[in-house]
This record gives sequence, C-alpha cells and structure tokens, in this order.
Amino acid sequence: MAEVDRVVIRFAGDSGDGIQLAGDRFAADTALAGNDFSTLPNYPAEIRAPQGTIGGVSSFQVQIANYDIHTPGDHPNVLVALNPAALKANLADLEKGGLIIADTAEFTPRSLAKVGYESDPLTDGSLEGYQLAAFDLTGQAEAAVEPLGVGRREAGRTRNFYALGLLSWLYNRPVEGTLGFLEQKFAKLPLVQQANIAAFKAGHIYGDASGMFATRYEVKKAKLPAGTYRQISGNRATAYGLMAAAAKSGLNLFLGAYPITPASDVLHYLAEAKAHGVMTYQAEDEIAAACSAVGASFAGNLGVTVTSGPGVDLKTETIGLAVMLELPLVIVNVQRGGPSTGLPTKTEQADLLQALYGRHGEAPLPVVAAGSPMDCFDAVYEAARIAVKYRTPVFCLTDGYIGNGAEPWRIPDIAALPPIEPDFATEPNGPDGKYLPYLRDSQTLARSWAVPGTPGLEHRIGGLEKTPETGAVAYDPESHAKMIELRRAKVESIPVPDARVDDPDGDAKVCLVSWGSAYGAVWAAAQRVRKTGRKVARIQLRHLNPLPANLGAALKGYQRVIVPEVNQGQLSWVLRAKYLVPAEPYNRTFGLPLSQAELADHLLPIIDAEEAK
Amino acid sequence: MKGLDLVPAASGPLTRKDFVPGTEVRWCPGCGDYAVLATFQGLLPTLGIKKENFVIVSGIGCSSRFPYYVDTYGMHAIHGRPAAIATGVALAREDLAVLVVTGDGDALSIGGNHLIHALRRNVNITIILFNNRIYGLTKGQASPTSERGKITKSTPFGLVDEPFNAVSLALGAGATFVARTIDSQRAHLTEVLKAAIEHRGAALVEIFQNCQIFNDGAFDALKGPDAELIPLVDGQPVVFGKDNSLSVVRNAQGVLEVATAGTPVVHDKTNAGLAFELSQLTDAGVITRAPIGIFRDVEKPTSDDLARAQLSWPEDRVAALQELITGKDTWTIE
Repeated sequence: MAEVDRVVIRFAGDSGDGIQLAGDRFAADTALAGNDFSTLPNYPAEIRAPQGTIGGVSSFQVQIANYDIHTPGDHPNVLVALNPAALKANLADLEKGGLIIADTAEFTPRSLAKVGYESDPLTDGSLEGYQLAAFDLTGQAEAAVEPLGVGRREAGRTRNFYALGLLSWLYNRPVEGTLGFLEQKFAKLPLVQQANIAAFKAGHIYGDASGMFATRYEVKKAKLPAGTYRQISGNRATAYGLMAAAAKSGLNLFLGAYPITPASDVLHYLAEAKAHGVMTYQAEDEIAAACSAVGASFAGNLGVTVTSGPGVDLKTETIGLAVMLELPLVIVNVQRGGPSTGLPTKTEQADLLQALYGRHGEAPLPVVAAGSPMDCFDAVYEAARIAVKYRTPVFCLTDGYIGNGAEPWRIPDIAALPPIEPDFATEPNGPDGKYLPYLRDSQTLARSWAVPGTPGLEHRIGGLEKTPETGAVAYDPESHAKMIELRRAKVESIPVPDARVDDPDGDAKVCLVSWGSAYGAVWAAAQRVRKTGRKVARIQLRHLNPLPANLGAALKGYQRVIVPEVNQGQLSWVLRAKYLVPAEPYNRTFGLPLSQAELADHLLPIIDAEEAK
Repeated sequence: MKGLDLVPAASGPLTRKDFVPGTEVRWCPGCGDYAVLATFQGLLPTLGIKKENFVIVSGIGCSSRFPYYVDTYGMHAIHGRPAAIATGVALAREDLAVLVVTGDGDALSIGGNHLIHALRRNVNITIILFNNRIYGLTKGQASPTSERGKITKSTPFGLVDEPFNAVSLALGAGATFVARTIDSQRAHLTEVLKAAIEHRGAALVEIFQNCQIFNDGAFDALKGPDAELIPLVDGQPVVFGKDNSLSVVRNAQGVLEVATAGTPVVHDKTNAGLAFELSQLTDAGVITRAPIGIFRDVEKPTSDDLARAQLSWPEDRVAALQELITGKDTWTIE
C-alpha cells in the first residue's frame, strides 16, 4: 500500500449512468475515512442527454487529501470513463501518467464513431502516456449480479456501483457507509438493493483479484480541527443555515420558491423539514415566490426566497418593494452561467453587480457571499441576521459549484451562533399614542416592525415614497431626499467585520482579492505560490455590501491587487470605483471553477517583477 | 370551517369609526370607489373580529389605494402582485383576515397568473376586484375588461381584443366562491362582501365600479329602474326585470337564455357548471345585462390550512435542529 497526500478522481459516463450518485458515495466514504475532501459535480442540463455523446457526459470529481484543502483539484489523477464520450471529454484534464479505468464494453465501433474516434484509443496506443486499466466492466458487473435473477438491462445499471467498489478498493475506503446506504435506499426494492450491493462488492474484489493494479493507495486522515464532522453540500448548508436563523430568532421560516437549477435542492431540503415548522411554498412563478416571502415577512415570519439568476431577474421588482417596505427578506441566488437561460448546470459568479445594483431607483441592500459549500451555512445565517436586525432584503450569493459541491463540515453548535432578535414593536412609539412604522432605531437606523395582530399599531406600508417616521405617502422633495439618504445610510452603516488579510510575513507586494466560490482556487493558488518561496497576500470577502471598513486601506498597501473571478471583472470594477485602486481583473468564464494551477502560474511572473522593483 | 373561524374575536363592539384613519382620501370626486369604501368600513365592524387582525393587500391602480383608507394593517404593494403577497400572509398566519383589493388591470392583466393560482389553490383570502373596464391611474388606456371596439388613448382606432369576463375566469380557475356586485347597490355590496369574507377559501368578488373620469357610465345601463341586472339567489328561480317579467330558461338546445316565458332555472351556488353558464349571460360588449350575486359558493379544503397541518414545531427548536444538521454519518476528529 502506497501512501499519498492527496488524489483527485473523476468519475465520468453518460448522464443517467449514476455517475453523480457514485461520486457522492465515494465522497461520503472518504469523509468516514477522515480525509479532507472537496467535490465538483458537472452534468448537462438535459435529464437524459443523447446517449454516448460528448454533450451527454456527466462527471463527478472529488479531491481527497490528508491535509486541509479547499478545491476539488484542477487535474484528476484517476479518470473512470464508462464510455468513449466520457474519455474524450475528460482526457485533456487528466494528469500526464494518470490512471484511466475504462469500460471496454462501451468502446464499440458505433460508440467510438459517435464521438469521432477513428480507432479505439484503448488499443491504438494513443494512451501510451497513461496507465490504462481497460476491461469489460459492464460484463463483470452483469456476471456478478445475474445469478440474483436480475435482468440484463437492470444488471448493466449496477456498473456505477461496480466502479465505485473498484475505486474503494484502490483507495482503501471503508465500505460500510455505501453498504448501509444501499440497504436503506433500496429497502423497498430488495432485488435492486442486492444487485447493487453485489456489484459494489464484486468491483471491490476485482481490484485485488484481477492483478491489474500494481499498487493500492492510502490517504491518511487529515489533520483538521477537533470536532464532529459530516459531509455537507452548499445547498444543504444553505437550508440548514436558514433553519438555524429561524430557530435562533424564534421566527417561523417561510420559503417561497419556484423550481430552478441549481437552486431547487434548497427548496427540497426545506420542504422535508416540516417537523421543524418550516413552511415551504412552491409558487406559480419566481415573482410570486418572492412576493409570498414578502407577505410572510409582513406577517412576522422570516421570509426567504431561493433562486438562480433568471429567477432574480423576475424577483427584482419585489426586492425593490422590500427595500421600500424595509422588511426582512433573504434572497439566495445560487448563481449559474448566464445571460438568459445560459448554462443552467454550470457555475458562474456573474450576478454580483446585479445583486448590488440591479434595481431601478436608489435601492441599496446588503450582500453577502459564501466561499465554499460549508460556508453557505454561515453566509446565509449572516444574511438572515442582517435582514431581521436591519429590516431589509439581503442577498446571499452562492453558486452551482459550491451549491452542489460538498466537503467535510465541522458541525457548529447552533446554541453558540450569534443571536437574532426580531424585536417586534408592541407599543405605540409616537406622540399621542400613535404608531410610527418608520421611526428608526438611532443606532441601527432600522425601522420599527409591528406585525398584524398587534393592537393599536395598525398601519399601512407600501411602495410609494414616504414621510420619514410616519411612513405616510409623500411626494414632496424633502421627504424623498431624506428617505433616499436614510435607506442608504442604514445599509452603509451596518457593521461588518474587518477583512482578514492573509499575508503571513506581512510584506507581500501582490494581493489577491476574492469573493464567493473563487475562495478555494485563490487559497490553493496562494499556497502554491508560497511553496515556491514567493509571497502573496489574500483577502476573501464575506460582505460585498457594505464592504469591510479596512478594505480600502488594506488594498492600498499592495503594489498589485488582482481579483480572480468567474465573470468579466465585477468585483474588480467595484473595488476600482470605491477605492480608486488599480484592481486587476483575472477572469475565466468556462462555466467551471477557476484553476488553481493556472492562477498560480499567472501570479509567479507578476510577483517576481514586483519583487525585482 | 368559516373564513374567520381562526381569527380572534373582537373584545368589544367596533364601529365604522374604528376603521376610518385620518388619511385624506384621494380618489376623484364622484368615483365609485367611495361607495365601496364606505360600505366596507361599515361592514368590517360587524364581522366580530379584532380590527388588528385584518390585513388588506393591494396592488397598483386607483382602487389599490384602498388600504390607506382603512385603519387596519395593510400593504399597498406592486402592480399585479397582491394575491401573491396575500398568499404569503395567509400561509404564515391563520389568525388574520386577509383581503386583497385589486382592479381589472392589476388582477386580470399584469397579475393574471397570481389571480388564477390563488383561486385554484383555494388559499383563504378574499379578493375584491374593482372592475371599471379602464386604466384610470395611467389616465385612460384600454383594460383587459374593456369592450372590443372601445376608443381609448391607447386604442384610438378601437380596441381589437375581446374582454375577460372576471366571473367566468374565476370559475374556470376553480374558485370556490365567486360573486359579482355593483358599487351603486350598498345592501347587495354589503351582503356579498360579508359572504365572501366569511367563506373559507379563495373568494373573488367582482365589483362593477364606475370611473367617471375615463369610463363614465360604463354600467349605467345596469342602474336604472328598467335595468337588466339578473340577481342570483341560491335556491331561487332566476328571474329579473320589471315585475320579474324576464326569466333565465334552458332552451331546447340546453343553452341558457333570457325569455319572457318558460320555466326559469333555479340557481344552485354549488353547481359550477350552472354558475359558468350564468356568468356567460354577461354582455361582453357594452354591458346592458349582467347577473349579480353569488355565482358559486362551495366548501373545499384550503391550501393554507393543509399546509399548516403538515407543520409541527419541536419543543426545543434549537436542540431538534442540532440533531438534524448532525445527521447520521458523522466522524470525530480528536
């Protein structure tokens, strides 16, 4: 058994081959082995894309390591290719000398021709630079399960678990988790259950028995902070974060949502949580989803809506209303590639400016972003805390990469999370026993919030401009100017923690600034740069509005400020506008997370040039 | 269960005054909305529930200023969305009487989707649709209930579209309570609104309402002594006109028609098919004849009651959530 620090494995096959499930299980088993890990699901928008085509390839990448990692890795060390399309689509990413496990059953002349292979790459020598383990995986799986009386077609469908069994053997993963999972998942379909278990076990045995693999690998436990861990995806963490905010505030959680990729899982997870008092409402459209949440907030709930870019477009008018009403509303945008329908299943960070500025009129609102799957919990909790405390809509930006990706999560103690106090009005607050719904807390500038059913505080609010304090409709110049200023000041003065500058020696010349899911690649790129003996600083932003008070000064301390983003330079634009610093965009828009290696390579000459000055 | 059964009862008698805020009403003098407002302010104290438990949500348009003029909780929201917002209020709170005030443009044009879905869900809200067959607040464009051929600012050569029949539309959407009334008949307005609010489920009340600035006289033909308003009374033969000389009968083809002889059909508010047929007696063009009253009133489970029935709260929310987020597959690092 050879010990390695880390390995990146990519499972690839047709959408419908069960690739995502196999990958997810591998990650789960890895978690139980005590490794750090990070996953990258990648699949087409079509549910069953044309079989055997490049466009129909679904893949799942997981990096496992014995140390703290933050990305699923750039280049797989192992590629499991269940058909020629999967090989063709993924080979370029595989490291030179990497291991290819290919299912020869699918490498038929017809399948090869379909993706433009003129000869079989498994036999024509074109894969010479790699380690090749090509065998009839489908046949092996079928042979293992057919004795159970499973039909041929059904038998063939177990090959994802056969492949998983093989990988489990190769990387010495514990098998109990997957066995338990299969027992539970197919409890009502005993034959399917037995078939998948048999395939999984057969794959495990085949690794040893075939003699095809010279070495088994072991990835030792990672040295992570002490605590109890679980595997968590970003979308699940988002659901839990919202529930935590509701539980801590004592408010009922109301989710208004409309199905949209890649955000629907948040709706699914919350819809399962009825026993925790979570109301989920699948509205007739994105507009109604946001509107119902505003209605629920007006009624005294924590109103939330979860969507992706196209949904935000539709909710925009309602978000503007919430700005005007000054009611809590959490809008989670699990960003995807745009514009328009764009790339529904691929990731992007291109909705930052939309969140910050995408409304008519002066309509400021706080924006927070999550940097990793587990960070979605903290980010959305913070969004909810701000929303309730400051009576404002708040954007929480995640994206498809971290929403669907997973990593180990040290389970937080909910009791220890920061408090959230709704502080509902119960008594008149104005002269003569009147209630003034827009009377503000002098510290936070948050307006008073009285919920229906509170006697004596009956009041009307609306989208029209208001008189300060009374909230009565006002069209006069002074009221408008004053209310615009109050809404701006309220959001701008929300205290946010100072940006933490990761600059180990404090004398780097180049600083990377990231937000959202660029976090992992930027963190890893910084590690790579530092391993070469060079210096680079790094800042990850949780709060995009308001920005941390120390940020401008911090950035001015560096010769070069580089902003890696999966968009065309949205944060760099904000930093330039706000701080007059020459922030340099570093942008890639492939519908994929940034590559840490490519980013590190980009940085090296820049750092050298600055050091030479 | 009745519409207001879960709303707390008023501790003492309320009067119209309790529902009149100090706000200056800003509708045009002579607007039909005044009559509806006065009727409404008179009706609310008779419903026997706490005034702080009323919530009125409106959209955009002349009638949507309504919440400002009633001293309860209210929201003047955005164009077309009040039914969607009210649905959130109703889902969130069983102890509120949730009312939507909307217009023909707000409910049937920009907000059409929300209207039909609120009705088919049967969420416990009352939707009061002021139909003046015109866009008034934007100064006189054709609305989705304007008659074909109508000359307006946006249709100088005549409107080319057929109008919606709000009652037919609501019935088609499966609404469990559908009624129509007219701004000039205070007693009828009161009776219908009261029945609608007390109905558990989505109720739609269309009010024919005169806009004397941009569509004056749109309903005049229904207001004179010889007016052909067809009053619908559950269990009663459908007869109308001077001395009830006209009847709604089923002809040899099985189609409802107005006749001077024959056996009038008997209204049955639980018969959706009949309700739709009756609604179709409304003129699509200039209205000279229209049924008013409660077309349909049936009891069905409401979506908000069913949604709440699925919920439960653990005694210790934080502890229960801690257990949930921990899950079953955990590992410990020392």
